[in-house]
Amino acid sequence: MTEKILNFMGLRKVATVFSAVLLLISIGSLAVNGLKMGLDFTGGSLVEVGYEQPADLNRVRGQLEAAGYDDAVVQTFGSPTDILIRLGQDHDPKLGDKVVAALQEGETQELTLRRNEFVGAQVGEELREQGGLGMLLALFMIMVYVAFRFQFKFSVGAVSALAHDVLIVLGFFSVFQLDFDLTVLAAVLAVIGYSLNDTIVVSDRIRENFRKVRKGSTIEIMNISLSQTLGRTLVTSLTTLLVLVALAVFGGEMIHGFAVALLVGVLIGTYSSIYVAANVLIMMNLTKEDLMPPEKEEEVDDRP
Amino acid sequence: MLNRYPLWKNLLVVFVLALGALYAAPNLYPDDHAIQVTGTRDIYTVDQNLMSRVTNALEKAGVEIKSSELNERNGLVRFPDGEAQLKAKDIVASVVGDNYVAALNLAQTTPEWLTSIGAGPMKLGLDLRGGVHFLLEVDLPTAVAQKLDNYNSEIKRKLRDEKLRYRTVDTLENGALAVKFPKMDTRDEALSFLRKEYPDFLITNDDRDGAYYVVVNLSEAKIREIEDYALKQNLTTLRNRVNELGVAEPLVQRQGRNRIVVQLPGIQDTAAAKKIIGKTATLEFRLEAKTTASRATTETYEFRSEPGRTAVLEKAIIIKGDNVANAQASFDENGMPQVNINLDSQGGELMNRTTRNAVKRRMAVLFVEDKERTVTKQVNGETVTEKVRYQEKKIISLATIQSVLGNQFRITGLDGAGESSELALLLRAGALAAPIYFVEERTVGPSLGAENIELGLTSVQIGFALVLIFMLVYYRVFGLLANVALTLNLVLLVAVMSMLSATLTLPGIAGIVLTVGMAVDANVLIFSRIKEELKNGLPPQSAIHAGFERAFTTIFDANITTLLAAVILFAMGTGPVKGFAITLSVGILTSMFTAIMVTRALVNLAYGGRQLKKLSI
Repeated sequence: MTEKILNFMGLRKVATVFSAVLLLISIGSLAVNGLKMGLDFTGGSLVEVGYEQPADLNRVRGQLEAAGYDDAVVQTFGSPTDILIRLGQDHDPKLGDKVVAALQEGETQELTLRRNEFVGAQVGEELREQGGLGMLLALFMIMVYVAFRFQFKFSVGAVSALAHDVLIVLGFFSVFQLDFDLTVLAAVLAVIGYSLNDTIVVSDRIRENFRKVRKGSTIEIMNISLSQTLGRTLVTSLTTLLVLVALAVFGGEMIHGFAVALLVGVLIGTYSSIYVAANVLIMMNLTKEDLMPPEKEEEVDDRP
Repeated sequence: MLNRYPLWKNLLVVFVLALGALYAAPNLYPDDHAIQVTGTRDIYTVDQNLMSRVTNALEKAGVEIKSSELNERNGLVRFPDGEAQLKAKDIVASVVGDNYVAALNLAQTTPEWLTSIGAGPMKLGLDLRGGVHFLLEVDLPTAVAQKLDNYNSEIKRKLRDEKLRYRTVDTLENGALAVKFPKMDTRDEALSFLRKEYPDFLITNDDRDGAYYVVVNLSEAKIREIEDYALKQNLTTLRNRVNELGVAEPLVQRQGRNRIVVQLPGIQDTAAAKKIIGKTATLEFRLEAKTTASRATTETYEFRSEPGRTAVLEKAIIIKGDNVANAQASFDENGMPQVNINLDSQGGELMNRTTRNAVKRRMAVLFVEDKERTVTKQVNGETVTEKVRYQEKKIISLATIQSVLGNQFRITGLDGAGESSELALLLRAGALAAPIYFVEERTVGPSLGAENIELGLTSVQIGFALVLIFMLVYYRVFGLLANVALTLNLVLLVAVMSMLSATLTLPGIAGIVLTVGMAVDANVLIFSRIKEELKNGLPPQSAIHAGFERAFTTIFDANITTLLAAVILFAMGTGPVKGFAITLSVGILTSMFTAIMVTRALVNLAYGGRQLKKLSI
C-alpha cells in the first residue's frame, strides 16, 4: 500500500456528534414546523400568471380580494414577472380564466395564464401516503438486497446512512420552509439511490480489505478502505454536484426545489457514506469472522 | 499481456451504437405546427375535395402553408411557424363546418425511411408541450344505488307475474333489499323463486315483528361487476367526447378502482376542452305525432344518419337519457339486429304509463347535444367572429311500439349489426353511467411548455459540458475516452426512450441531467482502480485488465440498488415523477453498457495492442 492512509476514524467521535446535532435539528424542525407541503400534497388550486412587466404583489392581492378570493396566497415564481397564486379547495374549471380576468382589469399590459392546477384534498392525501410508503418500501428493499449481497451488519449500516440522509434533507426543507412537492419527493428518492451507490462502493472495499489485509484492527482497515475510495467518492460527488448546480441555476423555477433537494442530498450522502455507514459497522463490532467464509476471489487471466 | 476484445464483442458494441443512433435520429427533426382535420363521426370522411377547399381558403387569406396531406382518418395542413398556425385555425374551422373538427397539432417530421423501421421521436409530456390533464373520480356508490333501484322494481314485477303477494320492497341502508310478505308460505315460495331467478345473489329469509322477509344482498362480485361496468361506461363516454375535440394524441385511461385520467396534449383552448369533457349529452324518448295533432304540440327533427329525412314528433318527452341504465346490441330470434334497453325504475314506470295507450304508434329516440359554433358576421364593415352555443337534437331511431313497454324493452327493425351497435353506443354514451367529479386538474400553457423545454435543454447542455471538461482535465486520455462513452450514453438513452415511446417530462429532463453526472461514476471507479493497480506495481496492461475486472462487481451492486429505488419511484409515482423514474432507470442501464463495454472497447483500441511503459491517467 503506497497510498497515504488518512485517519478518518480518528474523527469518528466528532462526526457522531455532528450527525447527532444535524439529526436533532432536522427532527426538531420537522416536529415543530413540519414540512411546507406543496399543492400536490395539500390539495387546492394554483394559478400561475405571466406579466409583461414586474407585477406589484400588493396590488395583485388587493385585486384578488376585491374579486372575492380572500384566501389567496400570492408570491412571485422565479422572476418578478411571474406570479403564483394558491387558492382554497374547491374545483372550478374556469378558475384560471377568472383569476386572469380579475387581474387584467385596469391593467395595460397583457397577462397570460401560464399554468392552472387543481388537486382534490383526497388525491393530496393519497399522494402523501403513497410517497411515505414508497420511501419506506425503498429503504426496506435496499436493506434486503444489501443483506443478501453483503452481510446483515452492512445492511444496517447502509440503511442507517440512508435514513440519516433522508431525514437531513427533509429537515433542510423544514428549517428553510421550502415547498415540498412531488418533484422534491422524487429527488429525495433519488438521494436514496445516490447515497446508496456511494455507501455500496465503500462497503464493497471494506469487505474486500477485511478479507485481504491480514493484520490490522477494524478501525485501521476502515481507514485504509476509506482512503482508497476517497478519490472516487470525491470525483463522482463533484461531477454530480456540477450538473446539479447547472440544473439549479438554469433549470427554471419548476425544478428548483428538485435540484436543491439533490444538492443537499448529494453533499450529505457523500459525508454519510464515509462516516455514518462505517461508524455503524464499528459500533456493531464488525469482525473478520462476519465476512468468512468468503467466496473465492477469482483470478481469471485471459491471456491470449 | 495485451488487452484485446474478441471480434464479436467489438461488433456487438458497434451494432448497439449504430442501432441507438438510428433510433435516436428522429428527435433531430423538429415538429411542424399543423392543423388536423377530422370528421366528428365516421360517416364524415375527410377527402381530397375538402382538403383542397381548406388550402384554397388559406391561400386566399394569405396564410403561408408548408404542405398539406391526406391520411387514412384525417387531413393535415402543416405551417412554417406557430403564428401562421394560429391565424389559420379560424379560417380552417369555418371552411370545414360543424361536421369536422379543426385542431391545432404538432406533426412529426420523421422521414419515411425512419418511420418504416418503427423509429419515432420521444413523446413530450404535458409540462413540456402544454395541455390539460384531468383526473376524474367516478361516483361508484351512486352507480350501485341506481342499479339497486332497478332490481327493486324488477323484483316487484317478477313477484307480481308469479302471483306471489308481497307487501313492500325496501332498500335497506346497508345496500340490501328487504321484501316483506304477509304469509310465511308465500315468503318461502318467493325465496326459492328468487334464488332460482338470481343465482349469483345472496338471498336469505328473516322473521321480524310478526312479518316475513326475504333479504336480497348483492354479492361482492356483483357489486364489483356493477362498478366495473359503470367505469367502463364512463370511459367510453369520455373517449367519445374527447374524440370530438380532434386532439392529436389524447389519453383516456382508467386509473385505480374508480378514477379516469384524461390527458389532452397541445390543446390551447382549455376552456372548450373542459366544457366538452364535463358536458352531459342526453337522450329524449318521444312519440311520433299523430297526423291529426295540432302544430303547437309537435316539432320536426332530422335523422342523425340520414341528413334530409325528417319526422314530426310530439313535444312531450316520455323519458330522458339518464333513465337509460343500459343498452346492448344483440340479435333477436330471427337473427335480426336489435338493441336491448334497460331503464331504471322511474323510467320504467313512465314508459309503461305512456305506451299503454300507444301500441302500434312509433317512438323516436332523440340525441341531444350541447354544441358551440363559430359565427362570422359583418358589424360596421368589420368581420367579427363569435362563439354561439346551441342545442342540437337529432333522431337516432324511430320504431313501432309492439306492446306495452316496461323497464326492459328492445328496439328492432334496424338496418344491420353496425347500426344496432352504434345505436346502443349512443344510448349508452348519451349519459354517464355514474356522476363524475374532477379531483385533479393541471393545465400548462403552451408558452410555459416551450420555456420548460428550453430551460431543460440548457441545463442538460451546461451540465454535460462541465462534466466533459472536468473529466478531460482530471483523467486526460482516459477522460477523453470516458467522455466519448458519456456522449454515446446520452444517444443511447434518447434512443431507448424513443423506442419505448416513453414520455419525456421536465423531471425527466432533470433525470437525464442527473444521469450525466452519475454515469461517469462507473468510469471513475474503473479508472481509480487502474491507478491503484499501477501504484501497486502492476504493468500498465495488467493494471487496465485488473481495473475493469475488479470494478465490475462494485459497479453492478451500486447500480442495481439505485435501479431498485428508481423502480419503486416508477411504481408509486404519477405523471411527471414517473417520467423522472423512467429516465433514471434507462440512464442507469445504458450507462452500465457504455461505461463497461464501450469504454473497454475504446481503451482496448487505444492501448490494447501494444506494450506500454506508462499510462496517462
